[in-house]
Amino acid sequence: MTELHKLTIAQAALHLSERQISARELTRACLDRIAAIDSRLHAFLTVSEPEALAQADAADLRLKAGGAPALCGIPLAIKDIFCTRGVRTTCASRILENFVPPFDATVIERLRAAGAVFLGKTNMDEFAMGSSTENSAFGPTRNPFDLECVPGGSSGGSGAAVAADECIAALGTDTGGSIRLPAAFCGIVGIKPTYSRVSRYGVIAYASSLDQVGPFTKSVRDGAIMMQALAGVDPRDATCSARAVPDYARALTGEVKNLRIGVPREYFVEGMQPEVERAVRSALANYREMGAETVEISLPHTEYAIAAYYLIATAEASANLARYDGVRYGLRVEADDHIELYNRSRDAGFGAEVKRRIMLGTFALSAGYYDAYYLKAQKVRTLIRQDFERAFERCDLIATPTTPATAFRIGEKTADPLQMYLSDIFTISVNLAGLPGLAMPCGYDQHGMPVGLQLVGPPFGEETLLRAGDAFERAFTPRRPAL
Amino acid sequence: MASEAYEAVIGLEVHAHLNTDSKLFCGCTTKFGAPPNDNVCPVCMGMPGVLPVLNRRVVELAIRMGLAAHCEIARFSVFARKSYFYPDLPKGYQISQYELPLCQGGYVELPRNGGDGAPHRIRLVRIHLEEDAGKNIHEHDASLIDFNRSGVPLVEIVSEPDLRSAAEAVEYLHELRSMLVYVGASDGKMEEGGLRCDCNVSVRLRGAAEFGVKTEIKNLNSLRFVEKAINYEIKRQIEIIESGGRIMQETHLFDPEREVTRPMRSKEFANDYRYFPEPDLPPLRVAPALIEEIRATMPELPAERRARYGSEFGLSGYEVGVLTQEREVADYFESMIPGLANRKSAANWVMTEVLRIVNESGKSIGEAVPPPAQTGALLKLVEEQKISLNAAKAAFAAMVKSGKSAAATIEELGLSQVSDESAIASACDAVLAAEPDKVAEYRAGRDKLFGFFVGQVMKAMGGKANPKVINEVLRKRLQG
Amino acid sequence: MLRFIRMAQHRITREQVIHVSELARIELTEAELQQLETDLSNILEYIDKLDQLDTAAVEPTFQVGDPGTPWREDTVTNHPQPDAMLHNAPAREGRFFKVPKIID
Repeated sequence: MTELHKLTIAQAALHLSERQISARELTRACLDRIAAIDSRLHAFLTVSEPEALAQADAADLRLKAGGAPALCGIPLAIKDIFCTRGVRTTCASRILENFVPPFDATVIERLRAAGAVFLGKTNMDEFAMGSSTENSAFGPTRNPFDLECVPGGSSGGSGAAVAADECIAALGTDTGGSIRLPAAFCGIVGIKPTYSRVSRYGVIAYASSLDQVGPFTKSVRDGAIMMQALAGVDPRDATCSARAVPDYARALTGEVKNLRIGVPREYFVEGMQPEVERAVRSALANYREMGAETVEISLPHTEYAIAAYYLIATAEASANLARYDGVRYGLRVEADDHIELYNRSRDAGFGAEVKRRIMLGTFALSAGYYDAYYLKAQKVRTLIRQDFERAFERCDLIATPTTPATAFRIGEKTADPLQMYLSDIFTISVNLAGLPGLAMPCGYDQHGMPVGLQLVGPPFGEETLLRAGDAFERAFTPRRPAL
Repeated sequence: MASEAYEAVIGLEVHAHLNTDSKLFCGCTTKFGAPPNDNVCPVCMGMPGVLPVLNRRVVELAIRMGLAAHCEIARFSVFARKSYFYPDLPKGYQISQYELPLCQGGYVELPRNGGDGAPHRIRLVRIHLEEDAGKNIHEHDASLIDFNRSGVPLVEIVSEPDLRSAAEAVEYLHELRSMLVYVGASDGKMEEGGLRCDCNVSVRLRGAAEFGVKTEIKNLNSLRFVEKAINYEIKRQIEIIESGGRIMQETHLFDPEREVTRPMRSKEFANDYRYFPEPDLPPLRVAPALIEEIRATMPELPAERRARYGSEFGLSGYEVGVLTQEREVADYFESMIPGLANRKSAANWVMTEVLRIVNESGKSIGEAVPPPAQTGALLKLVEEQKISLNAAKAAFAAMVKSGKSAAATIEELGLSQVSDESAIASACDAVLAAEPDKVAEYRAGRDKLFGFFVGQVMKAMGGKANPKVINEVLRKRLQG
Repeated sequence: MLRFIRMAQHRITREQVIHVSELARIELTEAELQQLETDLSNILEYIDKLDQLDTAAVEPTFQVGDPGTPWREDTVTNHPQPDAMLHNAPAREGRFFKVPKIID
């Protein structure tokens, strides 16, 4: 069998369990692919070759014994926001450039226990703040479909790695769209679970009430397998739900008859790339052909979501990033007193976007401004949440474009921060409301750049998203990049 | 004196460690005295990606203290992030409570006039939960940080500015500590940093309606320092006002060597704390059933015990005060007295013999003196007149050293008192027969000779005769 | 008739930026200061659109999702591993983290 790196989880798991291929061969194929193309793509910040091969060998022993879990021997790429014991974890920031965590994030622990193989840590926007991976302190990642374009962010490294077949699947995080946007730009599947579905312990925090862990996969089917391994209660995360985890594979029935799909009028706006609108509307037509029903709905507070997000997320981030002071770990710039120590270390260690957001968040919480900014934003958050609650009375899930346009060129939006923020317009409300979202390819523009369809479900409605996504996927063959 | 025209207004914020095995938000031990940075983990060290999970025992202990202080226990309270930068604060914020604390209102009763007057109430504003920070040790040219204490659970008890003197502040602290120890919430060991106090001090002319500008004196960790610092500060403020100056609202530290307060040099604490609700913790919901469950296991509180000792045992305010100052002493006393008729003597014994030995030894009452049952047995022998009071004192000293029982000690040292009337009568007869001249003098009116006869009888009986019986027999004989 | 409360400040002043940088402990160069004044002003002006909404009667949402584990038992589950905890220390002295002398 050749080109093992192009397999999906489902395919690889089958071949592995039937011992047609070994885990070592599969990992080797991915490592070779990384060696061949990553100098051009720059998806990886750290490649863990010896550790990965050791994990693969251990997986092979388990596979030989039989009865191994679905992810045993599957090579994954891990966004550099997850603490991985003994492996450098930088969050794409100079302030953590040499930080080696002495512990694993809970999801890493779970994947390790399931026998997964970790190929390495992927590039991202620094501290998950960005929509293009251009805010990495270590250089941007490129889009496998066009190396002059961004892969999206903040989980751009993981998205690119999956799209370019450097790995079989990958892990990312999504706070305002950071899984769904790269998935859309790179033409793959990305899932942001319901807030509280997956543990955040060991995930370097950006905005605590918005961050969620999720998978990048080559298919919706694979997404269900990853969700099964990731979801579930964690006694180390007080905000992680104790709700039972369903058997996600059972959602993959291919049936969407009578499914009511809400289409919000606020998500088809002027200034959108026409090809994006066309591809999404075409997808909706496909759904109707399959027996689903589309319903026009309204989410009237959509236009306020970015403003609310940039107060809430930055406020929480300003506190979450206060620990980076050069005292216990991370970059330290020497100084004569401890105040200077903090001031200099943080100025040297943080990039421009991170500083911007810390400043904004600090201001939003500061004396005299809390009510007008932070508190106000949390009230608007309630209105946005209520928009969705009302909508879900009339539909089972909501379908929208993931982004107003396909992947833009590197450097195109870096001059004006606000321009960059507006890329998140269709994804951000979902985080504010804590809902599950799935992005998947539904078309390509005239340059061959992928268009992403976004499906949004009610709280803990992952099964509905997987069902609808899987049904669409059965009739739609995504393209692979030429790289 | 100018200072008589002024009244001090004092409010205290007390931070007390709660008596749990593990920290507030992680599974590290709270045990004091470990090597530096032994009792730390990624959570209490503020590493990237960590999250807090609440220790339920902390909530129970805080509720116990809240109930003891007659607070309203909130069924819904919220944790908040209090942001400031300091090297011993790992996350750059402290998880505390702000708008919605666990306990509100309440009061602490101080005994007045040595306990015989009506109690004086110091009102509380609130009691809330928060985590402690690490410790800095200052060297010549660097500061060293130990995070063992980081994340240890604290209750912060905030009083209204109802205190009016340093002495009263010390009394209040004493009572607070007593309550904390009584309900098992804290071990109150100030020397281990288990109880610390920030004092807000201002002065005003007596009769004035408004409060003066206050100074905050931070981080006092002994009652002596609290008293000195407050007294110094009151004097300082009066002097400034009297000389036409104005008090600046400042934060001060107490210098224990020079015994003065001085403003903090850094502007650290003139901070904007930027409080907001802690997103990593769900709101704390306390069911009424839990509150009642806890209420049912509450011990008798110091104030209640004091009232009972007064009414049930007829002890004076002073005696009650000494006995109930430490829960262990009061517990000892109560374990001692079953079977004893004379509670006041028993109280006196504890206050004199027992506490003297405890204080001299520097150990706890459990380690320094015989178990209460044995002390009770000893005193019972005195009540039954089987030994004299002096003999009991000697026996007690021996029991402290030997650890043996009262009965064994009395026997070993031969301290039994003879109360047998016939034996004493014989001795009396012998003495009186030997001193006929003195007997005549006594009968003629020299009453003082009675003591001489008693002494002689006692000598003849080797000091072991029951003096009361000697007195009775001699009186009868000498009247004759 | 609904009345909307306008926020007094549309922009952020240089003094405010300096003050916020002190609160956030980030030492800014002159260039950074000027850029931030511009960027933050623009962002805050955009954020002003929230003023269009009357939220007087709306409760804030601080958390979403299902609540998780409200608390844990009071047991000691961690064991000393000082070397691992000190491993990333930029400066240490023995078992302590070292910083420049703190002056109170």
